[in-house]
Amino acid sequence: MKKLTCIVCPLSCSLFIEEKEELKITGNKCERGIKYAKEEIRNPKRVLTTTVKIKDGIYPVIPVRTSKPIPKDYIFPLLKKLSEVELTAPIPSGYKVLENIFNLGIDVITTREMKKLNK
Amino acid sequence: MKKEVDIAVIGGGPGGLAGAFSAGKRGLKVLILERGEELGGILNQCIHPGFGLLYFKEELTGPEYAERWIKMVEELDNIEIWTKTMVLEVSPDKRILAVNEKGLWEIKAKAIIFSMGCRERTQGNLAIPGTRPSGIFTAGTAQRFVNIEGYLPGEKILILGSGDIGLIMARRLRWEGAEVIGVVEKLPYPGGLTRNLVQCLEDYDIPLYLSHTVVEIKGKERLEGVYIAPVDDKGNPILENKKYISCDTLLLSVGLIPENELSEMAEIPLDGKTGGPFVDQFLMTEKEGFFACGNVLLVNDLVDYVSLQGLLAGESAEKYLKGEIKREKKLPVKINGNLRLVVPQYLSYPIILPEITFYFRVLNPKENSILYLKEKEKILKTWKYPMVKPAEMLVIKVSSSILENVEEINFVLEGSK
Ligand SMILES: Cc1cc2nc3c(=O)[nH]c(=O)nc-3n(C[C@H](O)[C@H](O)[C@H](O)COP(=O)(O)OP(=O)(O)OC[C@H]3O[C@@H](n4cnc5c(N)ncnc54)[C@H](O)[C@@H]3O)c2cc1C
Ligand code: SF4
Repeated sequence: MKKLTCIVCPLSCSLFIEEKEELKITGNKCERGIKYAKEEIRNPKRVLTTTVKIKDGIYPVIPVRTSKPIPKDYIFPLLKKLSEVELTAPIPSGYKVLENIFNLGIDVITTREMKKLNK
Repeated sequence: MKKEVDIAVIGGGPGGLAGAFSAGKRGLKVLILERGEELGGILNQCIHPGFGLLYFKEELTGPEYAERWIKMVEELDNIEIWTKTMVLEVSPDKRILAVNEKGLWEIKAKAIIFSMGCRERTQGNLAIPGTRPSGIFTAGTAQRFVNIEGYLPGEKILILGSGDIGLIMARRLRWEGAEVIGVVEKLPYPGGLTRNLVQCLEDYDIPLYLSHTVVEIKGKERLEGVYIAPVDDKGNPILENKKYISCDTLLLSVGLIPENELSEMAEIPLDGKTGGPFVDQFLMTEKEGFFACGNVLLVNDLVDYVSLQGLLAGESAEKYLKGEIKREKKLPVKINGNLRLVVPQYLSYPIILPEITFYFRVLNPKENSILYLKEKEKILKTWKYPMVKPAEMLVIKVSSSILENVEEINFVLEGSK
């Protein structure tokens, strides 16, 4: 039996999930809880936001995000990939840092512009 | 050096940006004074998603949300932006003393919008016994280290306080490869939003110790560990049951305090409950021509509300300059039952605005709650909430026609459990 907290509305029901041939969900006070639990068990997804290194910028790192939520299992592999990236300023906001990661059709993009540091 | 403007906006975070945009759009000559290198305020370090769902109907990160507003402000020629400019003093007659690379400035404004944001409670506010080694930071300072300066505050991290910034940092540090031992919360319920509890702690099996607190700090130069202990229902630690946790970093996420030193210099009365100025429906303080929005007014949990307050402050500043705000009569907004605070704290008559937005925080988590708007014994309106929590602000809109001719405004929140 798995336990999840539903985050769809402020009631935050504790959902209990039994995995037999089908998913059996209890503890939900409404139908939306079932949909949430199914999605969370079958294919949980999150947006990843982190930073990557940048040379010559006004700061040493630049924030980035996945363009869409990615399956949770890809988070640590993607963090590893991103730790090897280094950009060079100036970089605009929305710049594609990595394209089509793990063939998911999702990119990693910058979330701000980074100006060049005037030395 | 001297300068004269219609509206001076102090603080260039989301509150100040919206205030400046709103006043600027109405043709007023606006000056934004921001001490940081860039506009955007605290949003620049909040690189996680969750901003803008209400206002832009999409989920943005903090820097993306800030960027949209910065663009809107930069497009208006009548808004002047001074970054790296620190406001030192504000006088009751609306003179601002500020300093930047060019020198000292005396700025005369017809109206002033306060949007200085908030600061974090620190160790000094907590008084934990033991040594004072390095390795103890506020969660916000750590957030800046990691997300802007690009380095980790430590490797083995314990977080005190389950506010949202602490929860977000637990996940962030875990992603950066640090070991996050857990989050310790003195209250029996968490301080942050459920979504953050799920996506920042549960996702990574980071334990949350409710009804626990840090009772002792160990370490000479650098933090070596802390003792944590459960607390009884009065909040006093049960020291016999303390246990040692080895860690090199302690992050404090124990609350935010509106930054109102400047408001106090201008002799503006502050509300002990919100920590911000008393305001009416125009977000005008007790001193006419001074407005407040964002976290300097009350600690908001969604940036979208901060922006809405900024827009209203800018609009109101124009009304004030045109002499449309009369304040012929003043009525306090009373709160009772499970309510801790309200903004605005009073209404000025005539109301003028078509509707009024009220912001509340509740005292205790409760189910099946009903919020009543009452005049004496008469119920004017009700709102139902399946669940209320201290971490989530209640926000309602009331049509002014209901409040135009009342003798008393009394909000009462009743709930079960
Ligand atoms: C550390 C921290 C982290 C946060 N993280 C989140 C989060 O993850 N998600 C969320 O929804 N909310 C978060 N918040 C709440 C967040 O503050 C609000 O969502 C929003 O940014 C508040 O906007 P603001 O304009 O009121 O204040 P701020 O964004 O704080 O902006 C205030 C600005 O005023 C400037 N200022 C202050 N005093 C002066 C002066 N004397 N002279 C000149 N300029 C001055 C400051 O430099 C700053 O730029 C966080 C708050 C803090 C303190
Ligand atoms: S199950 Fe329904 S009622 Fe319960 S938290 Fe989820 S959405 Fe809300």
